[in-house]
Amino acid sequence: MSRGVAVQLTDLRRTYSGVNALDGLTLHLEPGELVALLGPSGCGKTTALRCLAGLEDPDSGRVEVGGKDLTRVPTNKRDMGMVFQAYSLFPHLTARQNVEFGLQLRKQGGEQRRRRSTEMLELVGLSAHVDKYAHQLSGGQQQRVALARALAIEPQVLLLDEPLSALDAKVRTQLRDEIRRIQLEVGTTTLFVTHDQEEALAIADRVGVMRSGRLLQLAAPQELYSRPADDFVADFVGLTNRVMGTSHGMTVQVLGADVPLLPGSASEGPVTVLIRPEHLTVTQDAAGAAVVISSSFLGAQGRVVVSPGENLHPVLVQVPSAVVADFSPGDRVTVRPVGAPALAIAAG
Amino acid sequence: MSGIRATRRRRQSVLRWVVVTLCMLFFAAPLAGMLDFTTKDAQGNRTGATWAKLVDVQGVSRDYPDLAAGFTASVGLAVLTVVVMLVLLVPTMTWVRLRLPGLSRTVEFLCLLPLTVPAIVLVVGLTPVYSWVTYFLGESTIWLGFAYVILVLPYAYRSLDVGLRAIDVKTLSEAGRSLGAGWGTVMVRVVLPNLRTAVLSAAFLAVALTLGEFTIANLFSRTNLQVAMFFLGKSDAQVSVAVGLASLVFAFLVLFALSFVGGRSPSRKETS
Ligand SMILES: Nc1ncnc2c1ncn2[C@@H]1O[C@H](COP(=O)(O)OP(=O)(O)OP(=O)(O)O)[C@@H](O)[C@H]1O
Ligand SMILES: [Mg+2]
Repeated sequence: MSRGVAVQLTDLRRTYSGVNALDGLTLHLEPGELVALLGPSGCGKTTALRCLAGLEDPDSGRVEVGGKDLTRVPTNKRDMGMVFQAYSLFPHLTARQNVEFGLQLRKQGGEQRRRRSTEMLELVGLSAHVDKYAHQLSGGQQQRVALARALAIEPQVLLLDEPLSALDAKVRTQLRDEIRRIQLEVGTTTLFVTHDQEEALAIADRVGVMRSGRLLQLAAPQELYSRPADDFVADFVGLTNRVMGTSHGMTVQVLGADVPLLPGSASEGPVTVLIRPEHLTVTQDAAGAAVVISSSFLGAQGRVVVSPGENLHPVLVQVPSAVVADFSPGDRVTVRPVGAPALAIAAG
Repeated sequence: MSGIRATRRRRQSVLRWVVVTLCMLFFAAPLAGMLDFTTKDAQGNRTGATWAKLVDVQGVSRDYPDLAAGFTASVGLAVLTVVVMLVLLVPTMTWVRLRLPGLSRTVEFLCLLPLTVPAIVLVVGLTPVYSWVTYFLGESTIWLGFAYVILVLPYAYRSLDVGLRAIDVKTLSEAGRSLGAGWGTVMVRVVLPNLRTAVLSAAFLAVALTLGEFTIANLFSRTNLQVAMFFLGKSDAQVSVAVGLASLVFAFLVLFALSFVGGRSPSRKETS
């Protein structure tokens, strides 16, 4: 548990022929913490991770791990475990030999290596497959071996670049939870890059949302979700409705009710309010101004799409799945916010 | 319907066999002719005398010193060519793939260029170079190996390229490096083992090409196997043809072995 070290990235910049892949990225990871970097494709997540790994040299900025400046240290001296998006097991080695590769380079004896590789493969639940080659393993199993291989060297930092994106949905959630369990068990400071917000929210201590090479917000999952710093974060993390409203200082009037405003909101006049589907309710109301456009059953929950009035954008409302069937297209309804704090941006 | 299809399939398979047989005949006829020629004596009777002579190593080096020298030179050339070619190409191609992907077209062009240059032109171009080589390294047939490297470049490039395409060199080497391997270790312990098939086939092609090379050696007035055979043909046609046949069969076996090795993926090892 005490193995974790702090990681500090300071003002990292990296330009590829005119494109700012990293535009002054500053990021701090507490010892033993799992931080997920989240962002749309091309926002620089991979570049950030590769700069930390030493696979990419930043144009400027500093990389510090455990208080030591590693900016100019080559990858192979950085002591970082990596799991890649692409399958990266050495095809000519068995699972065990893959795990032992890094130990061999560290001149560990055969007995010690064997014990460690057995232990690591057990940790990822692959004791039955130690002598298999990559082509004899499924995608999920290969990534497990890659994880075992990365952790076997007892790295200072564990780096995961979308390790689950090539797997199908079921394996993905399963392995994601397992990565979290293992990470907590070994206590290694971990940077996890993903563009899947659910994945990030599910396993991270803190989630960093990136856009165009910059960190917009770094916060615990709940906070990120309930108090997004700006509309980009609100849009990117979870679903959100954009509804017209009028701001009066600390509150905003929207859909006929007053809602408290989050810090950073536009405070006066006409605004666009960002409201989550679960922060709205919909009720049958023959005299209501809103009309149901469609409703859908999604298993645990249901969604109703409602047009709040003429010339207004439709809004998405989350409802218990038991009541979805009560709403059919054309029904007159009323939509109200439940009163959870919302973010408002200047209308435009 | 199915009757028509069956008929057509039968016809196609007949056609295929006709083509294969014709090809076999095309290649086998001259070989059979050579075999026939080398197993007859002056009276037209069957005899194994010529082949017996060839198998007797001491006899050959005594009676046909040029042939022995040519053979030795060719074997040396094959080894030198393969070694230089691999040392030159494998790291370069890997590095270009990893670090300078923009250069890959240029490298491909350079490597394939020798295909378009006739041997005679190559010799004209290489003559001044070789006067320097002779000056610095001394007079020896073995230095022809440098010219042969150029000659085998396109074929070797092709095989290695196929090998490199089949693996994700970038990810594998980055994985290796993150685990603590320097570039040398990555090359020897990660890249090379996964290029085994490609390296073998490049080497086999280089050997086959080197053993069969005549033009350049002859134009440089150097004696390799083919040149020795050519001159021997004027004095002792039977031995010359027998050597020719033997080297053809050898090259054929090399290519056969190559297709055998190439057919197996490097990772399809048995685990038990
Ligand atoms: N080697 C490179 N050469 C040129 N441009 C690059 C290179 N690597 C990244 N870029 C550019 O830098 C930007 C950030 O790339 P990066 O790979 O970090 O994005 P990402 O957030 O990981 O995206 P994704 O989710 O698609 O993996 C992109 O615009 C990309 O085109
Ligand atoms: Mg990426």
